[in-house]
Amino acid sequence: MEVFTSLTNSGPISVYVEDGKVVRIRPLAAEESDFRPWTIAAAGRQFSPPKKFTVAPYVLTERDRLYSEDRIRYPLKRVNFDPNGARNPESRGKVGYERISWDEALDIVAGEIRRVQKTYGPAAVSAMTSSHHNWGLVGYKISAFARFFNMIGYTAVVDNPDSWEGWHWGATHTWGFYWRLGMPEPYDMLEDALKHTEMIVYWSNDPDTTRGVYTGYDSAIWRQWLKEKGVKMVFIDPFHNYTAAAMGGKWLAPRPGTDTALAMAIAYVWISERTYDQRYVAERTVGFDDFKAYVLGQSDGVAKTPAWAAMETGIPVRTIVALAREWARKRTMLAAGARGGEGGACRTAFGTEWARMMVLLQAMQGLGKPGVGIWGTAMGGPRDNSVWFPAYGDPDGRIAHSKVARVRPENPVAQRLYRPIVPDAILNSTINWLGEGFCNRSLDQQFTPFSYPLPGCPEVKLWYRYGGSFLGTMTNTSKWVRMYQSPKLEFVVNQDCWWSSETGYADIILPACTQLERDDIGEWGEPGGQSKGGSSGCNFRVVVRMKKCIEPLWESKSDYRIFSELAQRLGRDQDYTEGNSEIDWARKFFDISDLPQRISWEEFERKGYYIINVPEDYRPTPALRWFAEGRACDTPDPNNPKRLTDKGNELGTDSGKIEFLSQSLNRRAPDDNERPPVPHYLPSWEGHRTAQAAKYPLHLISPHPRFSFHTHYDKHAAWLDDIPAHRVQKDGYAWWPARIHPSDAAARDIRDGDIVKLFNDRGTVLCIAVLTERVRPGVVHAYASSAKYDPLEPGKPSSPDRGGCVAILSPDRMLSKNVAGMASNSCLIDVAKWL
Amino acid sequence: MTQYRMVIDVSRCIGCYNCFLACRDEHAGSDHRPVSIGQPASGHKWIAVREDERGTYPKVKVSHIPIPCQQCTDAPCITAARDGAVYRRADGIVVIDPDKASGQQDIVAACPYGAIFWNETQNVAQKCTFCAHLLDSGWKEPRCVEVCPTQAMVFGDAGDRGSAVAALIAAQDVEALHPEYDTKPLVSYRGLPKPYLVGEVSFCDQTQLPAAGIRVSLHRGDQVLATLTDSFGDFEFDNLETDADYLLKIEHSGYRPREMRLRAGADLDLGSIILDR
Repeated sequence: MEVFTSLTNSGPISVYVEDGKVVRIRPLAAEESDFRPWTIAAAGRQFSPPKKFTVAPYVLTERDRLYSEDRIRYPLKRVNFDPNGARNPESRGKVGYERISWDEALDIVAGEIRRVQKTYGPAAVSAMTSSHHNWGLVGYKISAFARFFNMIGYTAVVDNPDSWEGWHWGATHTWGFYWRLGMPEPYDMLEDALKHTEMIVYWSNDPDTTRGVYTGYDSAIWRQWLKEKGVKMVFIDPFHNYTAAAMGGKWLAPRPGTDTALAMAIAYVWISERTYDQRYVAERTVGFDDFKAYVLGQSDGVAKTPAWAAMETGIPVRTIVALAREWARKRTMLAAGARGGEGGACRTAFGTEWARMMVLLQAMQGLGKPGVGIWGTAMGGPRDNSVWFPAYGDPDGRIAHSKVARVRPENPVAQRLYRPIVPDAILNSTINWLGEGFCNRSLDQQFTPFSYPLPGCPEVKLWYRYGGSFLGTMTNTSKWVRMYQSPKLEFVVNQDCWWSSETGYADIILPACTQLERDDIGEWGEPGGQSKGGSSGCNFRVVVRMKKCIEPLWESKSDYRIFSELAQRLGRDQDYTEGNSEIDWARKFFDISDLPQRISWEEFERKGYYIINVPEDYRPTPALRWFAEGRACDTPDPNNPKRLTDKGNELGTDSGKIEFLSQSLNRRAPDDNERPPVPHYLPSWEGHRTAQAAKYPLHLISPHPRFSFHTHYDKHAAWLDDIPAHRVQKDGYAWWPARIHPSDAAARDIRDGDIVKLFNDRGTVLCIAVLTERVRPGVVHAYASSAKYDPLEPGKPSSPDRGGCVAILSPDRMLSKNVAGMASNSCLIDVAKWL
Repeated sequence: MTQYRMVIDVSRCIGCYNCFLACRDEHAGSDHRPVSIGQPASGHKWIAVREDERGTYPKVKVSHIPIPCQQCTDAPCITAARDGAVYRRADGIVVIDPDKASGQQDIVAACPYGAIFWNETQNVAQKCTFCAHLLDSGWKEPRCVEVCPTQAMVFGDAGDRGSAVAALIAAQDVEALHPEYDTKPLVSYRGLPKPYLVGEVSFCDQTQLPAAGIRVSLHRGDQVLATLTDSFGDFEFDNLETDADYLLKIEHSGYRPREMRLRAGADLDLGSIILDR
């Protein structure tokens, strides 16, 4: 038996191999003496984490996923695709595949790249990745993939910040942090909360489900500590979520899309009872008088009273008043979204306004003062930030851009596509949008206009899809099926480890191996870049040598090798590889990091990991304490452009303060009534007040999933099908659960365990009914991110899907007219028994 | 002599299923003779997680109860098995001999906890072994315990007085899941859900304001449990006796006292209670 080390998107692992077969995968079993746990002293107790790594559930299915029936075993060609003859694009998704050799597959792909670029120009090639089907600096998407495509030139597809839209497009204009895409610095908030916080308001946040994104379950013990300490817990969510289940406390279930009204009413109570921090508001914020005039109804004639909010939200007046009063009385932490940032409420129509209000409510209570912050409870543990190791969000953490490379190709093509509307671009020829998706360089970047096709550039003819599927995660997703069947796409490639929902729409399929079958290196939970310090959600920073545990299965190859061989066919292999193997690149990343000062490569290679412990003289610098106290920023937030300048005490807003009246919005879009300079409550464009509500009276919310990640692990790890909270087995099929209140079910003669159709004008999705008191009446809860698109009529975009891709039902309208974000949770449907 | 015990604290369990999946990883398709052979790729739940939802919208409680083989001292499966196919080791672990138990489907039905599963392909009954094969090779705890994020599962040698598990048992607030089965399990529980009573108080003349700090008391014979409504006007009594009669009193000066006779058996959500003048 040999034991190898590796790293997943949610935890480090030890991989046991016997006779070339993986037989066990457990959380990385490090030597006990390598752990030096930190201790936080609070309330007479010493809080210290156990000496272990705690992974997300799906990580424990990695062995199942490795050997999955869903692995793509061989290069494949669609049976009626002939690159030199009939291509039959309309039959994508309808017909089968035949096995071909790697040489034939790569010759076709390289030949088509050459043909399309020569015929139409480099921009006619486009390629798109999903995120996080693997981990590691060499193999990750921005690395091996980006190096290849930057080298040949292509129309890059810009990502939208799909998990935190409202924060990116809204909160940035309230508190800056555009370098963090609208989410706050996370530093040392655990210690602050343990020492000072008396109440936590989890607003649109289920950290026991979303787990600090990449950091496994390491923070679960923190919430146990807070519970043991007697911190009062309040949950605001249309679904009685899993953190609420674990913590207990008060549950408020606003009607979806009305959270901003609730926030306004809380502000109303504080203003009318003068229970806000008036000195802080005077010294640390701008525009409060305009905001106050709106809240009190002086500017629009509508006072945002608890009675007014009760009509919108469906929450009783006295409950709103009670929440506002207790919030003002106690040192309250606002856990708005998993990162303090994120949360389903920011993915609704006008979700910018909710995110802005989260910042402003805490500003009214002294944001940054002890115990009063915005903190999702899943990041912000002690972390030694002085030790540098590159992460994929840092240019130096990718073979595409890092100084470890001699050749750093720049994509010569200026044309861009935008992820949520790629199908619209292909099908309708023209799209326009504002903002570069991830706008991390300035507040103004959100206003940069984009259009496709860019003048002088061709439309996309060759589409290269890699690692996952969007049918379960974007909005109104059956349009992706229509896109794939368009003859305008002359050639489609899909490169993946598994059959994902889009795989079967390609002309050529290339089988990639998993990260357990190749060499790499990475730090657990650390994205770097705009999420710097993300691994503070882990109790221990750990860098892992991700080892090749077994040979690639069947005929799969590593992504790096596939791109190397394509580069060779295009005459660029020396530039692409520089003669490096994957382990050579891994070694180079190690060498440029701070690790060689602490451990030799040989020792690191032998052990497979290095734990960066917190030093004994660690001095915490809680997030935004500096701002609350009027000091220069003392947090290790390297991308804060004002830090270490004479404006070090300022936020990243125009005024340097928290902006009730946003200076940047007032400067760039003063007349935008959908994201006005002072945040407003606007009833959803698809919600209880719109005409569709008569036809589709139920509100579908589709939060991020609990037992899978994006679309990863679902479907490819069949073990998960035995978890009824993930999928429910009936008649030999693993169905996606739709949680329905018993009163809504009774009105439709639906019983627990019935197969039901969720439907609206956009489509029909079959789910299994789970009757529960955990949803607000009128709300249906079904997680987003099913990996199984399983149309009853394959290849027909309007076919009902029985795999559970509820994203088919969600609207593709953008958050608001100048905000190109997704509003998955503004979705009206009805439900009926499927007979 | 080692005496293995496990204590599961339901109040710490977050229902993440890490225990179930680690078990599946350890056992699916993996032969650990003599204590177990491979678990099928689907269907078996050697450690199940029962999701227990109680109450009504919007006052809901959810508990997650992990249920492995309870390793009973008076194990019905041992009695039901022929030829000594199920036996208890000196350390307390109950083992189904994968060879001797061949064809003995009665072993499955014998378990009142539903913790034994039938393997159609191998024609044998199977269940949790506390990962005996790992303990025997020096591991300190089974796979399920290792991966628990909240230390809801504590495992060890109850014979070692210094062990965490011995301390929990000595504290005497542990109990068996379904003590009525009377099988003396080596797995014990804390925080199992018990009947509870919740309600929300408001005033007839100020329905828009929360009725905080109102005295609510629950009487049973001479026993009195008393509490104050919280800032939302909510009150709660937990860990009530099953099938017991209670008298609930709500008193606040200036309002007529309310009395309600209740029978706690199921969980009770009294909803909104309005105090009259």
